[in-house]
Amino acid sequence: MIDSLVPRSDFPLLATHPILRYLDSAATSQKPRAVIDAISNYYETVNANPHRGAYALSAAATEAYQHSRDGIATFLGVADTDTLIFTRGTTESLNLVAATWGRTNVRAGDRVVVTRMEHHANFVPWQQLCLAAGAEFRIAELTPLGEIDMPGLAALITPNTKIVAFGHVSNALGTINDIATIAQLAHAVGAVAVCDGAQAVPHIAVTFDSLGVDFYAFSGHKMLGPMGIGGLVSSRAILDTMPPYQMGGDMIAMVGDAQTSWNVLPHKFEAGTPNVEGAVGLAAAVEYLSDVGLSRIHAHEMALVDMAMRMLGELPGVRVLGPPSERRSGVVSFVVDGVHPHDLSQLLDADSIAVRAGHHCAQPLMRASGVPATTRASFYLYNSEADVTALVTAVERASRKLAH
Amino acid sequence: MPADLEELYQSIILDHNRRPQNFRVIENATAHAEGLNPMCGDQLQVWVQMDGDTVADVSFQGSGCAISKASASLMTQAVKGKTRAEAEGMFDRFLALVTGKGDGAELGTGLRAFSGVSKFPLRVKCASLAWHAMKSAVAGKTAPVTTEGPA
Repeated sequence: MIDSLVPRSDFPLLATHPILRYLDSAATSQKPRAVIDAISNYYETVNANPHRGAYALSAAATEAYQHSRDGIATFLGVADTDTLIFTRGTTESLNLVAATWGRTNVRAGDRVVVTRMEHHANFVPWQQLCLAAGAEFRIAELTPLGEIDMPGLAALITPNTKIVAFGHVSNALGTINDIATIAQLAHAVGAVAVCDGAQAVPHIAVTFDSLGVDFYAFSGHKMLGPMGIGGLVSSRAILDTMPPYQMGGDMIAMVGDAQTSWNVLPHKFEAGTPNVEGAVGLAAAVEYLSDVGLSRIHAHEMALVDMAMRMLGELPGVRVLGPPSERRSGVVSFVVDGVHPHDLSQLLDADSIAVRAGHHCAQPLMRASGVPATTRASFYLYNSEADVTALVTAVERASRKLAH
Repeated sequence: MPADLEELYQSIILDHNRRPQNFRVIENATAHAEGLNPMCGDQLQVWVQMDGDTVADVSFQGSGCAISKASASLMTQAVKGKTRAEAEGMFDRFLALVTGKGDGAELGTGLRAFSGVSKFPLRVKCASLAWHAMKSAVAGKTAPVTTEGPA
């Protein structure tokens, strides 16, 4: 019997809803008491606008913000802490790269390559950048098992390619991609490698400095942290060449009547009053994750995914999408013959099972898979074998009701 | 299954989901409209053959949940043979029914099966998608309608 890796009681929401089987952590994770307390404590004891006042409280807020950045950078294996830029999340991080590095470097006749499995956040910014610049936008296709067709991708990465954008882990299928190889393909033609890590950082150990990618984006709320905070990691050599993203307070060095000079990293890319609450909460989250250990979390998810894939696959009319469990993260996407995912998830909800139904912000993938939508169950450290068996029982019962 | 879910998934709705009526293309239709639900990616198309002021024929195709598909199927049966004004009146009464603002007294037993939708606000869009597309087609509009826009 696989128990949850951490006590459900660590998570106040799960304690408030004792019968809830929360299987939608790929959308957003629940938050441990430690994260909620860190945010409350910040507001109750430290809150002031950082980088502004000369008074002690403002200095304490600045210190809390910087201390949080240090902790998160360490967690991500980023030696140069100033190259971790706080953003609202993965979506803003990727838009930042498209709007700054992209607009500066992508010209008519250039090419940007993405893959068929990208979340809209790592697809639409590049598509629109190419439309605006008159550049080619190319999509690498997938194998029938939902993995990137690597020879196909390699063939698309031509000498005029400036950006290769890809996910570390697919949000819709759970596929873990070989990002080191993709980064090498990009670098061989002088392109930058942009990686969407939103579904990776919460579930597998990530050491940015050894990944080989040039930009890495992630979201705090999928990794036990609060909503509205996330980050972009890059290298100083690249960030220094980029124009700022947003203009305003904090990001300037000197504002003249006619010209302005930019502040140093990371402030150059963090205009306006920062999200200190978010940074403090996310720092508490990575501390919690580190205490448990990412390798244990991944192994736990693998065990649950393996079981879910096997049991769902044995139900009549059920087809699980994506690669075998050893090449995926804690996501199981499936379709049931004659049963639409929305109806299925509505019936599962009556059994207090929360799953995601829909296109998972990956319409290009859904089109290519020949399904309008899937049902997705995603697992995290607070899930258990009992969640899997409840899911399978409920899917079986709901399918019988809807399909016959 | 809880009573409100039993009410949502009544057998007539499940039957029309499995065997939708008028699930076809009308060649040379006088009007055609596409309905999109950007929240879930569901899309369906409605074709209308007008004869003067009368809906001589109406059909649909597309993908969607049981609620949206059954609603489309029953909609085509309901508005066929009706005048433009009658079809628009049925749209108003159906929307009132699924949002809990009306009892659907004049809609007939088939459409009244959708009264259970009012307890599930997220599903109102599913139930009304084909109706929005029908209304748009009957009015001769060509732009796709979405569940996020004004009715």
